[in-house]
Amino acid sequence: MTAEIGHDLLDVVGGVPATTVENVVEAVDVHKSFGRTEVLKGISLTVKRQEVVVIMGPSGSGKTTFIRCLNHLEKIQRGSIMVNGHSIGYRPGPPGAPLREDSEKNIALQRRDIGMVFQRFNLFPHKTALENVTEAPIQVRGQKPDEARAVGKALLARVGLAHKADAYPTQLSGGQQQRVAIARALAMKPALMLFDEPTSALDPEMIGEVLEVMKELAREGMTMIVVSHEMGFAREVADRAVMMDDGVIVEEGPPVAFFANPTQERTRSFLSKIL
Amino acid sequence: MRDRSPRPGLFLAGAVACALLVAACGSGKPVKFDTQAFATAIFQPDQFILAGIGLTVSISVISQFIGIVLGVFGALGRLSKRRAARWLTAGYLWVFRGTPLLVQLVFFYFGLGAVHLYDWNAIDVAGITIPGAIQAGIFALGLNEGAYMTEIIRAGILSIDPGQMEAAKSVGMTYGQAMRRIVLPQAARIIVPPLGNEFNNMLKTTALLFVLGVQELYNTFVIKQGNNFLPFEMYLACALWFLLLTTIWGVFQGWMERRLARGTAGSEPSSGPGLGQRLFGFRGGEPDVAVVSGGR
Repeated sequence: MTAEIGHDLLDVVGGVPATTVENVVEAVDVHKSFGRTEVLKGISLTVKRQEVVVIMGPSGSGKTTFIRCLNHLEKIQRGSIMVNGHSIGYRPGPPGAPLREDSEKNIALQRRDIGMVFQRFNLFPHKTALENVTEAPIQVRGQKPDEARAVGKALLARVGLAHKADAYPTQLSGGQQQRVAIARALAMKPALMLFDEPTSALDPEMIGEVLEVMKELAREGMTMIVVSHEMGFAREVADRAVMMDDGVIVEEGPPVAFFANPTQERTRSFLSKIL
Repeated sequence: MRDRSPRPGLFLAGAVACALLVAACGSGKPVKFDTQAFATAIFQPDQFILAGIGLTVSISVISQFIGIVLGVFGALGRLSKRRAARWLTAGYLWVFRGTPLLVQLVFFYFGLGAVHLYDWNAIDVAGITIPGAIQAGIFALGLNEGAYMTEIIRAGILSIDPGQMEAAKSVGMTYGQAMRRIVLPQAARIIVPPLGNEFNNMLKTTALLFVLGVQELYNTFVIKQGNNFLPFEMYLACALWFLLLTTIWGVFQGWMERRLARGTAGSEPSSGPGLGQRLFGFRGGEPDVAVVSGGR
């Protein structure tokens, strides 16, 4: 089953968001612990504008925790994260100074420009597909409801769900829910999209329709960080593959070389398991 | 799988018959039942009874409303990141759930009045004069109810998948926006069945305002039986009036629960708890729990 994924996904929201910064994400020496367990042991990663980065790694390697730090859904204990040229979650200070958490309002302001797609979709179950997409533009951006609905309908059409605008999430399949979730994130015109294992909660026959939307987004120049083990997606559209294990980045490089000739033993053994 | 609900009319007739039967067995003397006075109190209620019903319902609605508002703030306080807010609400719950409502009522009205901390003077609201006793009653009932609503609303909020708050934050909502637009509307579905039980309770608890001299429904009949020396007939009529109020509420609550269940998994139009369950003590909580997982 192939969904009719339309082109010009981003045209609906006015094209690729104009970011002036060259590096959309600049994470430096990020440390994160849950209690005594250190899950991120100094992660540094830079993502350029329009770059697509795929993060792989075994379960428990910290890859999901890392992208959740990028929109401050998780606090960090050390290091710094700049997104769209602003320090995210913490007030800017000299390197090494103790981190001071930013105000809730500032954090919310920055999250407007960072779209996130979750493993379990997390659609709002009391709202229709269209309301899920228009909620934030109306409530957060202050867009006029009519305008937001027009954009929302166009976005749903582009992810192949024009006919499901009035359906509630429970009436949609997993693949359809995830496509609504992508449309919901895009409606905020984000400069960066984070995908946290977007296909791992899906039945196999629904993975394709979600990847199709993501590929289209990548081709149109969206800056994306994708935690996923979908090799086909990585090969086809990623600029860089990153291997994480035990809280550190083990290896990174262009996908073709990364898959064909991994230099690290840990990458080799991991890739042999998921192939 | 569930028993059909008994018909309320049948139940009422049965209850009256049983009461008479028990009374007849009680002693050797012939039972006198003033059918005329009883029927009048039920079918031709005078202005005192109607006024009592009006007062009972208005006091219940206002107190419950105050309780819900306090409950929302209380729940947010209990779940707050700030320690001061958590301690403040914990103290509030501790006091109001740990002391008898009756004591709270007399303390606020007679106690505060006696030392002139607050004199409970009558006030005019939109042309209606509200005596001090009613103000004090609503004040105590509302505060007391707020403590219970706090726990109900807190449980409702906690039952919502944390992924909902995260998704709301990820599109740029503040904590307050996410609560108001995303979490609380979903929690409302969980809260409605226990809230209904609270209001059912509230309707009956207003009878305690008798001790402050408020002429609500119960007090009206206390006065009536004092005048006509017919306590059996009058208290039975009083009970039936309360039963009518809670029955009407039960029907309304069932309708509201079905409405709120729209858009959730497994919500058939007729899946709410039956009227019989609602009225005769079976809690409606169990069938609604399934709704929680509807978001997936």
